[in-house]
Amino acid sequence: MQVACHEISLAYRVRGKRLEALSDVSFRVAEHEFVCVLGPSGCGKTTLLKILAGLLQPQRGRVDFVGRPGNNPLTAMVFQDHGLFPWMTVLQNVTFGLEMRGVGRDEREGRAFPLLERAGLSRFTRNYPHELSIGMKQRAGLLRAFVTDPEVLLMDEPFASLDAQTKLVLQDELLRMLGDVPRPVVYVTHDIDEAILLGDRIIVLTARPGRVQGEFRVTFPRPRTLAVMHTPAFADLKGLIWRQLEEAVRSVARQ
Amino acid sequence: MNATDRLAKAGLADTPDEAAAETPFAESERPGRESWLGLLLPVSLLLLWEVTARAGWLTQLFFPAPSVVVQTLIRLMASGELPRHLGISLQRIGQGFLLGAIPGLVLGLTMGWIRPVRLLLDPLISAFFTVPRLALFPLLMMIFGVGEASKIVIIAIGVFFPTLINSVAGVRAIHEVHFEVARSYGARPWSIFTRVVLPGSLPLIFAGLRLSLGLALLLVIGIEFISARTGLGAFLWFAWETFKTEHVYVGMLVAALLGAGIAAVLRLAEHWLLPWSEGLFHR
Ligand SMILES: Nc1ncnc2c1ncn2[C@@H]1O[C@H](COP(=O)(O)OP(=O)(O)OP(=O)(O)O)[C@@H](O)[C@H]1O
Ligand SMILES: [Mg+2]
Repeated sequence: MQVACHEISLAYRVRGKRLEALSDVSFRVAEHEFVCVLGPSGCGKTTLLKILAGLLQPQRGRVDFVGRPGNNPLTAMVFQDHGLFPWMTVLQNVTFGLEMRGVGRDEREGRAFPLLERAGLSRFTRNYPHELSIGMKQRAGLLRAFVTDPEVLLMDEPFASLDAQTKLVLQDELLRMLGDVPRPVVYVTHDIDEAILLGDRIIVLTARPGRVQGEFRVTFPRPRTLAVMHTPAFADLKGLIWRQLEEAVRSVARQ
Repeated sequence: MNATDRLAKAGLADTPDEAAAETPFAESERPGRESWLGLLLPVSLLLLWEVTARAGWLTQLFFPAPSVVVQTLIRLMASGELPRHLGISLQRIGQGFLLGAIPGLVLGLTMGWIRPVRLLLDPLISAFFTVPRLALFPLLMMIFGVGEASKIVIIAIGVFFPTLINSVAGVRAIHEVHFEVARSYGARPWSIFTRVVLPGSLPLIFAGLRLSLGLALLLVIGIEFISARTGLGAFLWFAWETFKTEHVYVGMLVAALLGAGIAAVLRLAEHWLLPWSEGLFHR
């Protein structure tokens, strides 16, 4: 299955005024492709993911899930700031998606426990989110999506609120967890390093209203490790992307 | 370096300490250790009162010695007179509470969740809310008679509004992302209700119930002053009419204990039902 966005536009209505968030955004994500969407704050990245998750309808354009009869694949979204339910334990949070899909309790827990184990959360399954560190919450948020084995995986800056070291550890874990990217992944970030480290392709959006400004292919072979960040090719690509992003970021900063 | 080491380095390893790290009190403010300080003043005042009353420096008519009040309390409890009044007041509070809180909760959650329902009912409820509850009592007595019904209805009305208003606020306080998460995994409305709307609004619902029960206690005593031969309010009123000062003190004491008891039961229920809410308020 492929994801194809055709000229998506969406405007919010804020106190009677139109606020254009996305304008004519088109791109494709191939079967096994990990696409990073990079853009300055407020350019519509979250909005784009919500459209892909079916939470918002674009006013113009459409999303096609090519090769998916019914055009409504099982998506799973990792929300910015984790979005865990404070009233559910870690286990209840992680298995929530499965529960909503009618999976029985035993199977839910059977699928969740190995993942919780690997993420170092197995001793916190009965804890509530406020009893976890930020990094642990973020992982629980990732597991909630991973455990449903979605056809399309959507991630919204899952590591944005972490300190630099924790971020590196989790990026490394994510790289190993994904292995060979078995499904289309759309990963939103405003961190160039992260986009290059994780992505097969990077789509750069302009400042609001977000439009596609450019695309970069990342050719580092998988499985990757954090070591790629220290190669000259990485630095070159980063320079290229930054030149394109710079104008958008500056224009946001000026506002 | 293996993965665990790296995790430990990043401060993420799952050591047992991590779960216990967030103790609600720093060492020096642990309750119990210095709480006798808070008792010092009330206890000394009571002692002073007792001594001065016995010495005859206080007029017994207004300030009977605390020991006399306690003796009266014990006597009235043993005779069954006080338990009867207390039981009847509790029954009125209980019935009125159920009659008001359940519809308040159901309507409040619906209004909080479904915007058109809220827009439809909000003006009416805001308008009603401004009428002081006790001002309705004469009308209620005309409609429901002077018996139990009018008393229970006024308590129910008193309880209804705070429950409703807090339930609406409780739902609206739930962050939009929680609804989005539920919808993104295909949750049906009933699941959204049971897994998001209801648990998410419970902290404010509980705050509403606390307000409601306080109000119910106030109302029950008020209406028993006016139109009852039984109940804690009637007991107090009769004590004043016959100028039995010790009985007045006993009545006040019991009413205060009742209020404290209700609050304690609610705190326990909240602790039991909402283990997660402690993370919200950082008590
Ligand atoms: N529900 C909403 N109602 C009105 N305006 C909104 C809403 N959500 C987002 N916006 C506006 O739309 C624009 C894009 O928002 P969006 O959250 O998609 O940006 P973003 O790229 O994810 O930003 P960030 O990097 O800060 O997360 C912003 O200007 C934002 O203020
Ligand atoms: Mg965002």
